[in-house]
Amino acid sequence: MWTWFYKLASPPHVFRVAAAFVPWLLGVAALALGYGLIDGLAIAPLDYQQGDAFRMIYVHVPSAILSLTVYTVMAAASAVALIWRIKVGHAVAAASAPIGASFTLAALVTGSLWGRPMWGTYWAWDPRLTSELILLFLYVGVMSLRSAFEDPARGDRAAALLAVVGVVNVPIVHFSVVWWNSLHQGATVVRLGAPKMPGSMLWPLLAMWLGFMLFYGAVLCMRLQGELLNRERQALWVREAIKS
Amino acid sequence: MNTAVDGLRIEHVHVWRGERHVLKGVSLAVHPRELLHISGPNGTGKTTLLRVASGLLRPEQGTVTWMGRSITSSSSQYQAVMAYSSHEPALKSDLTALENLRFAVGLKRRVTLQELRTVLDCTGVGPIADLPTRVLSAGQRRRVALARVLAMRATLWLLDEPYSNLDASGTELLSGLLQAHVEGGGVALVVAHHALALDCNVRRLELNS
Amino acid sequence: MTVGGWEAFLLIVRRELVLSFRRPEQLLQPLVFFLIVTTLFPLGLSLQLSLLRDISPGVLWTAALLSSLLSLDALFKSDADDGTLEQLSLSGQSLTLIVVAKTCAHWLVSGAALVVVSPIVATALGIPVAAFATMMLSLALGTVTLSWLGAIGAGLTIGLRRGNVLLSLIVLPLATPLLIFGAAATERAISGSSAEGAMYFLASVCVFTCTLAPLAATAALRITLE
Repeated sequence: MWTWFYKLASPPHVFRVAAAFVPWLLGVAALALGYGLIDGLAIAPLDYQQGDAFRMIYVHVPSAILSLTVYTVMAAASAVALIWRIKVGHAVAAASAPIGASFTLAALVTGSLWGRPMWGTYWAWDPRLTSELILLFLYVGVMSLRSAFEDPARGDRAAALLAVVGVVNVPIVHFSVVWWNSLHQGATVVRLGAPKMPGSMLWPLLAMWLGFMLFYGAVLCMRLQGELLNRERQALWVREAIKS
Repeated sequence: MNTAVDGLRIEHVHVWRGERHVLKGVSLAVHPRELLHISGPNGTGKTTLLRVASGLLRPEQGTVTWMGRSITSSSSQYQAVMAYSSHEPALKSDLTALENLRFAVGLKRRVTLQELRTVLDCTGVGPIADLPTRVLSAGQRRRVALARVLAMRATLWLLDEPYSNLDASGTELLSGLLQAHVEGGGVALVVAHHALALDCNVRRLELNS
Repeated sequence: MTVGGWEAFLLIVRRELVLSFRRPEQLLQPLVFFLIVTTLFPLGLSLQLSLLRDISPGVLWTAALLSSLLSLDALFKSDADDGTLEQLSLSGQSLTLIVVAKTCAHWLVSGAALVVVSPIVATALGIPVAAFATMMLSLALGTVTLSWLGAIGAGLTIGLRRGNVLLSLIVLPLATPLLIFGAAATERAISGSSAEGAMYFLASVCVFTCTLAPLAATAALRITLE
């Protein structure tokens, strides 16, 4: 019964599975994103307080959620790779890191653009954005560490350990930043909060979230293929795969 | 005496350094009262082999056993009976020879400073035992490293190019110590470029690419 | 007769202390850096003591963090460079014990020294004496935590080119909670209100780190040593 699980440790198998998944993931992602964007950006009603600016929520919130999800996936894959010495885990972590960092950057940029009309400035040390910023630093740390090693296997293991240490710290960092913000919160600063959400606003948001997730899955599969080919380039199955 | 579980046994060890396949299925067995002389051109993996034997490097494939037990599962017991010397003397330059020995050997077994001084005398560096090792010559540092191996009272000696930087008297000293060690029931693996002129049971392993 | 854990721990701590005191300038440099950085802030801003007092907790803590980072690089580097780290790992003692001993010794000569020097810096920044106890306690907890975070980072970056820059990049984001809670505690103490909340958080982060970091640091060292 668990054979499908054990097969996931085999690079050629994962390569084939990833290749098969990509078109489906992309297709459904396109549908979800299409619906979400059209409904959210064009059709859903304006927010009473924030006007059109709040539409940024449809990109900002899914980006932020994904930035954390991807970090968790990266850390979980790293843990699997470290504990059971499964190299595919390292490939997944390496493939995910830049994607997660991009989502974090997207969350920061969209958050900043959203904040501009409300705070009057592009950056006001909102607690969630500050947490995202620190998360970006954590991503950069993992990626830099991996690339700093000449021996790629060692680089993988070091980056994996850092990812696991980071994931444990993310809740602590987030909590401390929120706490810090509550200390210094001026009454005038408006938080990047979501307004109360009637259904017409919620559905596009959920669709966007789903779309982003599937998009991550698709890009992960694509990058994973590349990673596996690169890492296993000495192996026989790679030469066969390239020929076909 | 069951020779099958005696001594050090390395079986079908493969090691890759990045893309280079450094050790390709190397196997060897060394029993008590034996010395294995490992030789070969540069870059053939002699140091890597010794590091695998010491447990510093885990091979991708293959096993290393001491007295029938895997060295990874009983690492602290293995380390207690093993002394490894790399081709750098591995001394703290700010500490004296005596202090270096004290902090290294003192983690393996309780030693008195007097005992350590005696050992340093054995290897000819007694008079300079209280100088920081950075002022010592390469040959003197090698002798201090040798004293460290001696002081550990290990059964298994893993020595990587222990003859480097030694003068004639040092070479003679080391050969004498190796001989005494092996004849006393110990095991030794020695990486050396030149032939060893020893009276005891010496076997050779030639590594080539 | 094998050497017991406690004996080995004390021997390693002693080794580290002997080595540190043979190079006293290396002990003093981070402390001097601490003083210099705190001097930069008043020079860069206005001299108004009231303004200085407002920013002093943040300045103190940032300076403490940065100067701690300077000495973290040395935790394993010297031993890794001359081959003695390998010898330690083959000594029959558990790698975790070695890491704990080295980190404790490191804190004694860096973090503890920082705590001792902090009243001088605090006075220069206009922090009232009544706040010193809280400030020093918070710095003590913070530097202990930082030594452990640094041990993990140092273990991961041994022998890398520009390793110390990477070390800072890795450790600083993880150290933000320390900065937040420590500076808040000091600020509360200055303004006379209760710093309990912040101190409890700081203490819990410290305990959490002290429990888990030794494992992570040992794992990091194993990755590097292999």
